Amino acid sequence: MDWNLLITQLLNGVQLGLLLFLLAAGLTLIFGIMDFINLSHGSFYMIGAYFCGTIAAKSGSFLLGIIGGMAGVFMVGALVEWLIARKLYRSDHLDHVLVTFGLILIFDTSVHMIWGASGMAIPLPPFLDGQFTLGSLELPLYRLVIIAAGLLVAAFLYVLVSKTRLGMLIRAGASNRVMVEALGVNINRLFLVVFALGAMLAGLAGMLIAPITEASIGMGNDIIIIAFVVVIIGGIGSIKGAFYAALIMGLLDTLSRSYLDDVMKLFMTADYAETAAPALSAMLVYILMAAVLAFRPQGLFPPAGAK
Amino acid sequence: MLGRWRSLSGVTAKVYALLLGLLALAPFIFEWINQPFYLDLLSRALILAIAALSLNLILGFGGMVSLGHAAYIGIGAYSVGIASYYDYYNGWLHLGLALGISALFALITGAISLRTKGVYFIMITMAFSQMLYFLLLSLEEYGADDGLVIYQRSEFPALITMESSTALYYWVFAVLLLTLLFIQRLVYARFGRVIVGAKFNETRLQTLGFNTYRYRLLCYVLSAMICSVAGVLLGNFTEFISPDMIGWARSGELIFMVIIGGVSTFFGPLLGALAFIILEELLSKITVYWHLIFGVMLVLLVLLGKGGIVGWLRRFDAPSAPAPPSTVPRKTGETPPEDA
Repeated sequence: MDWNLLITQLLNGVQLGLLLFLLAAGLTLIFGIMDFINLSHGSFYMIGAYFCGTIAAKSGSFLLGIIGGMAGVFMVGALVEWLIARKLYRSDHLDHVLVTFGLILIFDTSVHMIWGASGMAIPLPPFLDGQFTLGSLELPLYRLVIIAAGLLVAAFLYVLVSKTRLGMLIRAGASNRVMVEALGVNINRLFLVVFALGAMLAGLAGMLIAPITEASIGMGNDIIIIAFVVVIIGGIGSIKGAFYAALIMGLLDTLSRSYLDDVMKLFMTADYAETAAPALSAMLVYILMAAVLAFRPQGLFPPAGAK
Repeated sequence: MLGRWRSLSGVTAKVYALLLGLLALAPFIFEWINQPFYLDLLSRALILAIAALSLNLILGFGGMVSLGHAAYIGIGAYSVGIASYYDYYNGWLHLGLALGISALFALITGAISLRTKGVYFIMITMAFSQMLYFLLLSLEEYGADDGLVIYQRSEFPALITMESSTALYYWVFAVLLLTLLFIQRLVYARFGRVIVGAKFNETRLQTLGFNTYRYRLLCYVLSAMICSVAGVLLGNFTEFISPDMIGWARSGELIFMVIIGGVSTFFGPLLGALAFIILEELLSKITVYWHLIFGVMLVLLVLLGKGGIVGWLRRFDAPSAPAPPSTVPRKTGETPPEDA
C-alpha cells in the first residue's frame, strides 16, 4: 500500500471536511435558530471568492483580500437578513424556498454582470505557494493552511458558542427560540448577527478554496447540497454535530473516490468494480444520510433540549 | 373547492374552458398563423404542466414541500433513453419502466423522508434527487454529463405514433387532461380528504384512526409516477437526455410554476407552467441577464402576493367564491422531525 498517497488523501478529506464545516456551521444555526431554510447560502460562498479575488488583485495582498472579503460578505449577509429573510421567519418553509431560490438567480446573474461569465483565477502569494516536505512525503503548503484556518475557525466558534454571552443566546435560541423571545432578548439583533456571521463563514470557505479551483458562477450550488446533508446528519442547530458530520463526509467522499474500486475488486471482477465504484462513491454520502435518518431522525448530535 | 365543479362557475370557469378549447385547437391555430415553432414551445409547457400538476398533489394538497421532484422527470426520460440505447423502442415498455422505477425510488426515498417534517423534508428530498443526479453523472455508458441522444421516439403499436410534432402534442394534451381529471377525482375522494386533512391537522386525523404516514407515502408515490410520465414525454420531445434535466434548479422551477399559477388549485400548475414558458421566452429575448428579472419576480411574488394567477382570477368572481386555501398551515412553533 502506498502510505504517502493515503496520508495525502486523508489530508484532502480533512480539508474538504473543514470547508464543509465552514458552510454547514452557518446553515445549521440559521435553520436551528430562525427555522429558516436558506438555499442561497452557497451564493455567499461564491461572492466571498469574488470579493477576495477582486480585493487581492487591486491591493496585491491575498490576506487583505480575505479580510476585506469577509467584511464584505458579512455586510451582504446582514443586508439579505434585514431586507428579506427577516420578513419571512414566521411564514412557511415554501416561502423560504422560493425567496432563496430567487436570491440564487439574483446573485448568480449579478456576478455574471459584474465579473463576466468566465471564472476568476486567484493567484496564491509566493509564501503560501510551496511544498511542505516531511521525509519522503511532499504536501502542498496551501492545503495545510486551509486545514489550519478551518481548525482555527472551529476553535473560535467553540469559544464563541460555549463561553460568550452571544453564544449562550445562540445555544438557547437553537434549543427553544420561543423562550428566548419571551425572556426579552433583542431577537432581531441576534438573528441579524447569526445570519451575517453564517454568511461570512460561507464566504471564507469560498475564499479559501478559490485559489485551488478559481472563482466561478454557481460554484456554491453543488457543494451546498452536501452541506445540507452535513447539517441533517449532525442535527439541525448543532455546531458540534456539524463539525463531526462535516469531517465524516469529507473523509468518506475523498477516500471512497480513491479507494472504493480497490475494495470492491476484492469481491467482484475488476471490470465490474471499475464501473460500479464511481457510481457508488457518488451516492455514498446520501446513503449514509439515509442510514442516519432511518435510525436517528434528529441527527447525530441534536442541540441539548431541542425537541 | 368543496362543491366539485360548482365552484368552477363564473369568470374562472370561463377562462378554464376557453384555455382548454384553445389548447385543443392549438396545432391548427399555429399552422394558420404559420408559426410552427410555437407548437414546440407549447408542447414543452404542457409537459412541464403535467410535472407541476403532480408536484402540486403533494406540495399543495398534501403540504409536503419536495425540492427533488425533477428526479422523477429524469427517471421517465432516462427510461426512454436507456431502453432506446439498447434498441427497445416499445412505448409501453418505456412507460412501464418509468412507472415501475419511479414508484420504487419514491417508495424507498419517501419512506425515509416522510418520517421527517419541515426543513428536514425539504432538504432530504433535495438530497435524494441530487444523489440520482450524481449517479447519472457517473454513468459513462449513458453519456455521463454529455447526455444521450434518442434517435427514435417511443413506438406505440396499434396506436397513433409520436413521430410528428402535432401527434406528440396531442399525446401530451391527452395525458394532461387525464392528469387533471385524475388529480381532481383523487382529491375529492376519501383518500384526498385524508391527505388534505392531514396537512391542516395531522393529530386529528390520527386520532380518527387514519395511518397518515401510509396515506402520505402512497400520495408521494402516485405523484412521482405521474411525474415520470411527464419525463417519458419530455424524453420523446427533446430526443435528448442529460443529468441536467434533474438538477435541483429544475425542481425549483417546478415549485415556481406551482406557486405562480396557484398552489392547491386544480388548474393553477397548468397556468403556472404556461406563464413560466412565456416569461422565459419573452425575457430571454430582452436580455441575457433575464435570470435576474426572474429572481426579483420570485422574491416579490413571495413578499407581496399570494394565490398566484388562480387567486387573481377568482377576484373577478362572486365574493362568495372560496379563497384558495393556504399552502401549509401557519407555523405555530417548532416543526421538529417526528420521532419514530
